[in-house]
Amino acid sequence: MTRIRRLLIANRGEIAARVVRTCSRLGIESVLAASDADLESLPARLADRVVRLGPAAASASYLDPDAVVQAAVAVGADAVHPGYGFLSENPSLARACAAAGIVFVGPTPESLEAVGDKLKARSHALAAGLPVVPGGEAVDLAGARAVAAEVGYPLLVKAVGGGGGRGMKLVRDPADLAHTLDLAVSEAAAAFGDPRVYLERFVSSGRHVEVQILGDGSTAVALGDRDCSVQRRYQKLFEEAPAPLISDALRAAMAEAALKLAAHLGYRGLGTVELLVDRERDTFYFLEMNARIQVEHPVTEMITGLDLVAEQLAVAEGQPLRIRQEDVVLTGHAVECRINAEDWAHAFRPSPGRIARVVLPVGEGLRVDTHVQGGSVVPPFYDSLLAKLIVHGTDRADALDRARAALDLLRIDGVTTTVPVHRALLADAEFAAGGVDTTFFERFLEAQNLVGVR
Amino acid sequence: MELTPDDVRDVLRVLDSSGLDELHLELADLSLTVRREGAAEWTAEQQVLRAPVLESSSAPVAAGTAPVQTQVGEGLVAVRPPLLGTFYRAPQPGSPPFVDVGDRVDEDTVVGVVETMKMMTPVHAGVRGTVVEFRTGNGEFAEADAVLLVVEPSVGRGGGPAQ
Repeated sequence: MTRIRRLLIANRGEIAARVVRTCSRLGIESVLAASDADLESLPARLADRVVRLGPAAASASYLDPDAVVQAAVAVGADAVHPGYGFLSENPSLARACAAAGIVFVGPTPESLEAVGDKLKARSHALAAGLPVVPGGEAVDLAGARAVAAEVGYPLLVKAVGGGGGRGMKLVRDPADLAHTLDLAVSEAAAAFGDPRVYLERFVSSGRHVEVQILGDGSTAVALGDRDCSVQRRYQKLFEEAPAPLISDALRAAMAEAALKLAAHLGYRGLGTVELLVDRERDTFYFLEMNARIQVEHPVTEMITGLDLVAEQLAVAEGQPLRIRQEDVVLTGHAVECRINAEDWAHAFRPSPGRIARVVLPVGEGLRVDTHVQGGSVVPPFYDSLLAKLIVHGTDRADALDRARAALDLLRIDGVTTTVPVHRALLADAEFAAGGVDTTFFERFLEAQNLVGVR
Repeated sequence: MELTPDDVRDVLRVLDSSGLDELHLELADLSLTVRREGAAEWTAEQQVLRAPVLESSSAPVAAGTAPVQTQVGEGLVAVRPPLLGTFYRAPQPGSPPFVDVGDRVDEDTVVGVVETMKMMTPVHAGVRGTVVEFRTGNGEFAEADAVLLVVEPSVGRGGGPAQ
């Protein structure tokens, strides 16, 4: 067992500031590995020390495993926290850390490989006894026709190397299968360097619900679920926990499924099992597993009272789980609004620039995770997430009420933000009723444009 | 270094019982203003003043920033990015470029893409003519006023250069 005393944070933005906060609380020295664009950032001011990772371009800094390991060795870090995105699920970084005698705060390279490839993840899920969306690999046209006969139409052709909505094509008519398959294979080869595709049943009304798990390699606990169905182009905008309007039986079955997968993998670390809830059939399917901390983890922290980063560090040290399943008590309802530097009035155009002023709501049940303050520069090189407003209420209606009030107080001046989108979203009746599917938000946006509310 | 949400809540508890509407704290590394907003709500404006403690061995290598030429010759038209970002000349790594020097373009021809905050925006030529020069290379960062490429407008039947 390695005691983590000095942690290299190989990430940026709000998650870097978030990890620093837990380090300060636990008395762990935090060293931020920052690109040239981030050397003066708020996380750099909050961390105990800063080490330069490389140039602004992510490919030469946050995405370079060698640069990360060199930085960790240079500062004498005994562990690396990869955050989310970037190298967080990269088995080479996990291996390189192990080779350098440094703890990688994440699952084993084997687990990362098992869930990193969509087809492998699917076969592990099947082996663990999870329901998956009916489908299978399409090696050639004959194989594809055989799979399609089982799956039925409409169906999706998905690139094995794709993700985040990229590399997906809808086929409504059997006559279009051959043509779409050809196109999908060549596009997948060009876009992902991997021509493999598979077919999947198209669920016309699905919700994105996910189960948070934490494992120590031999035992795992489920820490409740989250609903992330409010999405635009597969990017989440709003998340909540627990997922609303789910029957107790379905909720229990989802948690059990996530734990079966964790047990099958002998999973160690924080992980999220993403599920597709089929609203018409009132059932669920395994989608994928994210082997890292998620952007939306704070809603789970709010309703469980846990510090997930602290638990993540503990299991990375080799400690056994400190929480038993029967200790996990979910209290109230929590919601999260992602506030991005984007202009929704112009097709969510990115809005990098200098922040003039940041005023945040404070009080019981309110939390804002951010990496900007007055004077901060939001560089154009990375994603547009500025802040997350997280609100805890006694129930969903209370959380939404408090989120509306908090949004009215929150000010991030100097760049265009998505705060107005959240105001409009929280005023929408269908959304307020709960349980919207993943097609809701695009419909909502169209309606907003029609009535001209901005 | 930073006041945690718990610290700020402690401050709020004191303020709530005091009847004060605003508190301003100035510390060596931090300034904080807490304000009452309406009946029971509060905002905080926090400024972390502490300078980053950069490992001395890891100062950034002074990038040799070449003087950016933002002007083009008389009679030529500059194609600039729709917004600042990283310029790519091809739709995917390894695929052929959208256009090359000598290619003819019209107003709507896509001549590249700009990546800003992980979002791709197509660059249109905006003018009818012939590409004569690339000023920004593939994968290079372009400021909003940068010249990506230069087009020599065609004159005559098409009605002359747009713009």
